[in-house]
Amino acid sequence: MMSQLAASGVGLLLALSVLGIVARRALGSRLLYAACFAVCAGLAGVALLTLLAPGGGFEMLAIPLGLPLRRTFLGLDPLSAAFAVIVNLAAAIVSGYAIGYAAHAREPQRVLPFYPAFIAGMNLVLLAQDAFSFLVGWELMSLASWALVLSEHRSAENRRAALVYIVMASGGALTLLLAFGLLAGPQGGYSFEEIRRVSAPGVGPIVLLLALLGAGSKAGLVPLHAWLPLAHPAAPSHVSALMSGVMTKVAVYGFVRLVFDLAGPPAWWWSVPVLVIAGVTALMGVLYALMEHDLKRLLAYHTVENIGIIFIGLGLALAFEANGLGAAAALAFAAAIFHVFNHSLFKSLLFMGSGAVLNASGERDMEHLGGLIHRMPVTAVAFLAGCIAISALPPFNGFVSEWLTFQAILLSPQLPQWVARLLVPAVGATLACSAALAAACFVKAFGMTFLGRPRSMPAAAAAETDRFSQIAMLLLALLCLLTGILPGFVLDSLGAVTQLAVGARLAPQSGAAWLRIVPIDIGRSAYSGLFVFVMIVLAAATTAFAVRRVASHALRRSPAWDCGFPDTSPATQYTAASFAQPIRRVFGSVVFRAREQVTMPKPGDTAVARLQVQLRDTVWDALYVPVIRLIEATAERLNRMQFLTIRNYLTLVFVALVALLIIVGTWR
Amino acid sequence: MSYSDWLIQLAQTALVLGTAPLLSGVTRKIRARLLRRQGASVLQPYLDLLKLIRKEAVIAENASWLFRAAPYLILATTWVAAALVPTFASGLPAGAAADIIVIVALLGTARFLLALAGLDVGTSFGGLGSSREMLFASLAEPAMLMAVFTLSLFAGSTQLSSISAYMLGPGAGVNISLALALVALIIVSIAENARIPVDNPATHLELTMVHEAMILEYSGRHLAVIEAAAAAKLLLYLSLIACVFTPWGTAVAGSGALAYAIGLLAWAVKLAALAFFLVLFETAIAKMRVFRVPEFLGIALMLGLLGTILLFVSRVSR
Repeated sequence: MMSQLAASGVGLLLALSVLGIVARRALGSRLLYAACFAVCAGLAGVALLTLLAPGGGFEMLAIPLGLPLRRTFLGLDPLSAAFAVIVNLAAAIVSGYAIGYAAHAREPQRVLPFYPAFIAGMNLVLLAQDAFSFLVGWELMSLASWALVLSEHRSAENRRAALVYIVMASGGALTLLLAFGLLAGPQGGYSFEEIRRVSAPGVGPIVLLLALLGAGSKAGLVPLHAWLPLAHPAAPSHVSALMSGVMTKVAVYGFVRLVFDLAGPPAWWWSVPVLVIAGVTALMGVLYALMEHDLKRLLAYHTVENIGIIFIGLGLALAFEANGLGAAAALAFAAAIFHVFNHSLFKSLLFMGSGAVLNASGERDMEHLGGLIHRMPVTAVAFLAGCIAISALPPFNGFVSEWLTFQAILLSPQLPQWVARLLVPAVGATLACSAALAAACFVKAFGMTFLGRPRSMPAAAAAETDRFSQIAMLLLALLCLLTGILPGFVLDSLGAVTQLAVGARLAPQSGAAWLRIVPIDIGRSAYSGLFVFVMIVLAAATTAFAVRRVASHALRRSPAWDCGFPDTSPATQYTAASFAQPIRRVFGSVVFRAREQVTMPKPGDTAVARLQVQLRDTVWDALYVPVIRLIEATAERLNRMQFLTIRNYLTLVFVALVALLIIVGTWR
Repeated sequence: MSYSDWLIQLAQTALVLGTAPLLSGVTRKIRARLLRRQGASVLQPYLDLLKLIRKEAVIAENASWLFRAAPYLILATTWVAAALVPTFASGLPAGAAADIIVIVALLGTARFLLALAGLDVGTSFGGLGSSREMLFASLAEPAMLMAVFTLSLFAGSTQLSSISAYMLGPGAGVNISLALALVALIIVSIAENARIPVDNPATHLELTMVHEAMILEYSGRHLAVIEAAAAAKLLLYLSLIACVFTPWGTAVAGSGALAYAIGLLAWAVKLAALAFFLVLFETAIAKMRVFRVPEFLGIALMLGLLGTILLFVSRVSR
């Protein structure tokens, strides 16, 4: 029943996609987004009911479509259902935001047909219970989002972003195809059921590698993240929210499905590459984000960091599961999925906020923003909540999942292997570093955009965004807070998921005093978001009350003090670049090979003093540039083949034929 | 959890805020005596707070609601964090709802808000302070967490009460990892409380300043609230070190009035001793250049990591 409903939801979305071609004017697009909202909300509800159903009412739907002589299998098992809740909840709220946001679109026809198809593709990936429909969904998701990235195709930057994206997406899909081909084995059992039953021996490590490449490139693992900060910001903001907040989660799902579910029991060393890559990803992602002064690119880079945190949890879960430490594996895995959920909430929220800012001021560059808290108060409140949540600060939700990950790290002396024992504390240190740097990053993002004085005319003239967008953002901010205060309910609903993935589940959480979560044992660790939140509210109220009773109520507004030398020009404020300068100096010289060059004219000289900063993307230089050069050089060589004479072509064909015949002959 | 435990918890919560200005008064007095000055009374911080609170608050024309709300939220989060640290009694109810990682993160929330408040008016000093504060935090917070990891692995728990109890028990002894964690914690405490050599709590209008630069635009009651939060933070760090490394004398929840009295006395003695050592260190050392501070904090991070790794490889879990 549930699977039918979910499948028909996907069908509805595809139908909406067709309607999107004919939708006209603002009303048409508003209605279309409203329909998307309704369908996604319905899908989220269906998935939630499936997830919470006792005994996991899993049923498979076989549709006579797809490959000849085979049927397509669709269904919602707990893992699919959990991700379907995450994806569709965020997609529904983003669609609600788009009802208002769409009115600003210049060319809605470039977005409307692809938007529902994009969501349909993501849902199809989650629903798929066989390799074929999984890959069809994956490609639908990639192509639809590629079209969306290209929707503002007039800027050369966006076209380049789309090109890099489609190349990386094709490569990723290819590796996934190979992974499924290996798993299916010579018999070609493409349904997940068959793959689980007849697991080909010895393919596990290769599947892990291919999943890291394929799903990892979609999720944005370093060094395969290069497309992400280009493509995510290029799309319209509500699509950016979906790509960064939701599509990366589908990639995580792909990894989990392949490695935890289909590839068979893991070996302990599988966790080593995952943990190393995840740690590097977390740290590099946040450092990239700190160096960025384009608001949307900053958010996109920061997605890379969060993917790193998620994969740290997954890597730990692999290590624990391989060693038969069920409870610890369940904790690490639940922490990762919890972070997936949290990130889908706050990253969608932040991208929607950046979209509101972009609409109001026409600016994405933080160096031209500032002071928006006065003119966009609602957006500012919602964005602030998102910033606190993403910086992993209590009482919001980002903290809970990082706290759980830390608890999982603290369990790792139980691991018998030396490599893992040495690696895990190092990964813990990178996680701690990236959490602290994330706070710096979001002080910068919020401070430069919303605080201070406006740095440009458009920023000074900005106006609050529309009602739909406000409600959508406030709703997500509220969800961030609620998930942070009541994490026990989320953890409890993940029980069936961890059972499926790592074969164990955490003890039931909700119902304890103060609704606290106790991952392992009360003597070991516990956290009650509700208690902390109530304490903070009480403490703030007590202070405010006491100060009100005792203190002077007089308040005078005057020009800023600024040590007695207030400057009238907003250009003298700290900027995004100057805020990040100390961090660049400390971390950047190694990671980015940052060079600063100061040209200071002699005293009395009226020439302008200059500070030039050069940052290089080391990953791009070391990994991508050689590949691009190789491809270009090869293409240059092969280009000559286009201009041969008929005789040369005939010779070429003859030689090729003979060579092929020889190869076939020797093969037999 | 009985009602009396909650009462003790309430008393401790009130105590940490109530005695925080006294602690900073004591440190100032010790500092003055070490410099062969008479020094102000130890109660001077209370008078300062009272004076500030009665004054008219002057705020910049373009200050937003965040600027006015931030002091209360900063004090609230710092206060809650301080109330979670066992002072004279351990095993109190609040400890079972939040562990030491939560304490670190709550201080992170306070710092986040303070840095935002520094950016709100849009002056160059505020930005300077915020930027440097976040740089220091980006090293101090992981260093603190690594020290916390060492302690938690040692005691098999992240609850401060359990760690404290473990340190009293027979399992604890002189251990290299613990020593590394202690050094890391002390370095972090110095940096986080804006003490010499990282920052100077006594100066104003100096280009090296960090904490003072962020709160430059504050005055009157808002400044008083922020000053109270800073005092509570110092008390928190000293109590934390005292609770973990010198757990002797601390009362356990549910014991009698005498135990609580002993606990109170022990806590006062420990804090006074720690304050003395802190000031002694301060008077003996010169202020660092800003870009030397990351190296100083990097040492703490490395020590914390080293402590954790040594523990990871040296013992089987409990």
